[in-house]
Amino acid sequence: MAVFSTGPRSGERYGSRGPRRSVLVALLLACATLITLDYHGGTDSPVEPARRAMGEVFGPVESAAAAAVRPVTAVPDWFRSRSDMRHEIATLTAENSDLRQQVNTSGVDRNRLAEYDDLTSAAKTLGQALVPARVIGIGASQTFSRTVTIDAGSKAGIAPDQTVVNADGLVGRVLRVTSTTATVLLVIDAESVVGGRIGDSMQLGFLHGRGDLGRSGRLDLELVDDSVVPSKGEVVVTWGSQGGAPYVTGVPVGRVTQVFSSLRQTSQRAVIQPFVDFGALDVVGVVVPSGTRSDRAVVEADGRLQ
Amino acid sequence: MSSLKWAVTVALVSLALVLQVSFFPHLAVHGVVPDLCLLVVVAAALVRGPEQAAVLGFVAGVLLDLAPPADHVAGRWALALVVVGYVAGRVRPDGTDTRPTATAVMTTVAASSFVGTSVYAITGLLLQDPVVSVADLLPVVLIAVVWDVLLTPLLMPGLMRVLTALEPGRA
Repeated sequence: MAVFSTGPRSGERYGSRGPRRSVLVALLLACATLITLDYHGGTDSPVEPARRAMGEVFGPVESAAAAAVRPVTAVPDWFRSRSDMRHEIATLTAENSDLRQQVNTSGVDRNRLAEYDDLTSAAKTLGQALVPARVIGIGASQTFSRTVTIDAGSKAGIAPDQTVVNADGLVGRVLRVTSTTATVLLVIDAESVVGGRIGDSMQLGFLHGRGDLGRSGRLDLELVDDSVVPSKGEVVVTWGSQGGAPYVTGVPVGRVTQVFSSLRQTSQRAVIQPFVDFGALDVVGVVVPSGTRSDRAVVEADGRLQ
Repeated sequence: MSSLKWAVTVALVSLALVLQVSFFPHLAVHGVVPDLCLLVVVAAALVRGPEQAAVLGFVAGVLLDLAPPADHVAGRWALALVVVGYVAGRVRPDGTDTRPTATAVMTTVAASSFVGTSVYAITGLLLQDPVVSVADLLPVVLIAVVWDVLLTPLLMPGLMRVLTALEPGRA
């Protein structure tokens, strides 16, 4: 039996003599149209509503799949050798003695804490509350871009162009949201640009993602002032955008690992190793204005849950 | 029958997409995951021929282009998978009812994977979306081919059996 004569659209007239070219041409034209529409549309491209609709459908499915997979991916953690555990005991003992020492010097720390308190209240007025979320989908390297899906969307109070952080530092920014998910552009993506400030010298610059594929990822720092030479090990934090969108100010990004000076371009280029391990992203926080209404507990700037 | 056939096929593609996004990143090599959607399109090409496979390739590609966390210019995967569906379908041996040999399936998958990922990468280069060098493209394409060939013996027989069973007159 000829397969071609069975399809709903194929071969009724042509039998099994081969496919109709017109279908192929129509499909190729449709692809070209789609690419053109999206390429020239920019942020308000006509494809954007379709993306949103698709996200509404696939978001919950990805969420469920990620939740189902999580116990399986945790399996390697169960198998720990005796030497691992011995190592862990040694670490914990060391930590314990450290903590004991800290308790003995708590007076100094209390003063320091008072200073931190001031900072916290400053943070409170900045309104850096966090909506916690988990990563449920990761873009493949084949797409040559670094994006992830998180399981919090507009219902959780998230909007495009908000900063995404985790416990270690800057993760990226929200590109678009659906009601239950959001797509995050990681700072290591080749199209990501973040204003950065070197912590020690307060020098400003721009952090470009290098688009490294795979688990690792690095950033290039280009300083505004060519005469400044960043030194190895200096910490870079975000410079911050107007109104805190897309990046709030003062989030640690990474550390300078290499410095290149090119005679030809008379500029300094530094390579930044981000604090965040982009290969093991899981729990992240989205910076939202204080008092945002959300479908989940929001971590307020002072550490309270609301 | 034929609407059921298409519904099941699209469901297969969606399942492939969700696995590709939510499960395989945990096993990814250098961030590269197997192209499960491409495997479904190739299986359809081997069972149903180039025309239907090209249509399915378009559907699968649009899903890949629009479902989160995709952020590239929409239509790029659609174009790549239309080409894959058509080319893989033409490779299919002509005596329609003969099942393709294991070697033929392996070769088709390897070639399709290479063509698919390359077409996607080349449109990216042309559109500058995102800006990646050719030196970065090549290893990714090769790892993707190895992944797809490795998964072929595990997935393709089942996929082809399901798709064959959906053909009217055979079920």
